[in-house]
Amino acid sequence: MEAKELYNETILKAYKNPLNKGKIDPADLEFGGGNRSCGDSVTYTLKLKNNKVEDIKFEGHGCSLSLASASLLTEIVKGKTIEEILNLKAQDIYDIIGETAKARSKCALLGIIVLQTGLARHQKNPKETKIENVKI
Amino acid sequence: MNIESIRKDFPILERKVHDKPLVYFDNAATTQKPKQVIDSVNDFYSNYNANVHRGLHALSEEASEAYEKAHEKVGNFINSEWDEIVFTKNTTESLNILAYSLGLDLKKDDEVLITKMEHHANFVPWQYLGKKLGFKVKYVDITKDGELDMQSFDSLLTNKTKIVSVIHVSNTLGTINPVKELIEKAHDKNALAIVDGAQSIPHMEIDVKDLNCDFFAFSGHKMLAPTGTGGLFGKKEAFEEMNPFLFGGEMISSVSVEKTEWNMLPWKFEAGTPHVAGGIGIGAAVDYLNKIGMDKILKHEHKLVEYALNALKDVKGIQLYGPKTDKRAGVISFNIADIHPHDVASVLDTHGIAVRAGAHCTHPLLHALGVEHTVRASFYIYNTEKEIDVLIDALNDAVKIFGV
Repeated sequence: MEAKELYNETILKAYKNPLNKGKIDPADLEFGGGNRSCGDSVTYTLKLKNNKVEDIKFEGHGCSLSLASASLLTEIVKGKTIEEILNLKAQDIYDIIGETAKARSKCALLGIIVLQTGLARHQKNPKETKIENVKI
Repeated sequence: MNIESIRKDFPILERKVHDKPLVYFDNAATTQKPKQVIDSVNDFYSNYNANVHRGLHALSEEASEAYEKAHEKVGNFINSEWDEIVFTKNTTESLNILAYSLGLDLKKDDEVLITKMEHHANFVPWQYLGKKLGFKVKYVDITKDGELDMQSFDSLLTNKTKIVSVIHVSNTLGTINPVKELIEKAHDKNALAIVDGAQSIPHMEIDVKDLNCDFFAFSGHKMLAPTGTGGLFGKKEAFEEMNPFLFGGEMISSVSVEKTEWNMLPWKFEAGTPHVAGGIGIGAAVDYLNKIGMDKILKHEHKLVEYALNALKDVKGIQLYGPKTDKRAGVISFNIADIHPHDVASVLDTHGIAVRAGAHCTHPLLHALGVEHTVRASFYIYNTEKEIDVLIDALNDAVKIFGV
């Protein structure tokens, strides 16, 4: 594997100029968490309309893979229902950022795990609209 | 010291990583193993595998003899008696044994002095037990160059200090601490002196009589021995006074409903079936290191560090941490601009280079330096200047990819 396969253009572009970076305030939902052992973390804020994600932003801290994939995820989930987001698979991320990222799955999947964990808990208990410290 | 012939002893150095020759710079985590060590373990399992000290049969006698002999080899290696050496699974276990065995006897007003440079293994046990039992733990500051602040040490060491426990060589920065001086100061206050030698014993000659420490904790696997091996030196009188931490088989001489008596040293502290193969492996590792000579190893690593520091300073955006070459063992921590250390390590990996990236189990140290994490390259006997050139090329690749 060459470095430029792992750090392909999609990842570097999303890392250097991340889409949807920031915070929606006030937000309908807020989910944050991360990987304690390496210190990477991400927080999503969401606006919902008709059970669909109308807008989503993220803030994060970590390596290029985790931040790039956390950012790219925002584009995937916009306009989707909670059910549709919960049905996303790890492969949906790898299809975008490349198979080589499987070697760093914890980074590549940081965003999707935080978002899906938050949404699943919210679905079970609609009162849970703000969750911090989702652990990976 | 003939590096090429040393390299031939390490089978793993022949392998490729991502189609490139392996450059192993993660020696502070664990070192690779020479075939002499691997063979010693193989030989044990193939020819005389048995439990030690129990069976009255040939295999058990051979295993016991080899296992005891390994204690003697390690004892000779650091200038102690064979029965002042207890085998453990790593430095972490050795330090926990001390914290539990000694810490349980401390009173509320007593103090333990450690430093902000400690590995978590010499930090968390004292912090935890201090909170649990009520004794006080104090933490020596470090300077911005990553050395111990001696003024802070002097002001925190008091008549209440019962234990001083200090890291010999920083696993994160490579700083070589003046432990002999600290031990003397500790003894002036009648405190016990513990040295965490995980990163010193593989790289320099250790003489526990000259250091005059009461305890010296170390790992075998960071000095060519199998994983799951480590040890604890204790002065005979200190070990005799100390209560065991692990109880069970092997560590007793007699047990009755009324009373249990401890076994002789060092078995008093080696409860249960030990890692016999690993112990024999440490013996073989010590033989191997002695054959090369610890003075030559230190010199070789010094040369590598000097070469590396010199080459690294030309890498764009480099930030180097830790002291100057003469106060440093074969460990270099750095960052490149704002590239995340994991990304640097990943790029290096694609070049076949193994380094560590993260906080290196030293959160308080990095916090004191105002750094979150670093990339760490650490060297050993089989590393070469040519490999450092490979590292520099790979770092320049990272600079290019991330556009520093």
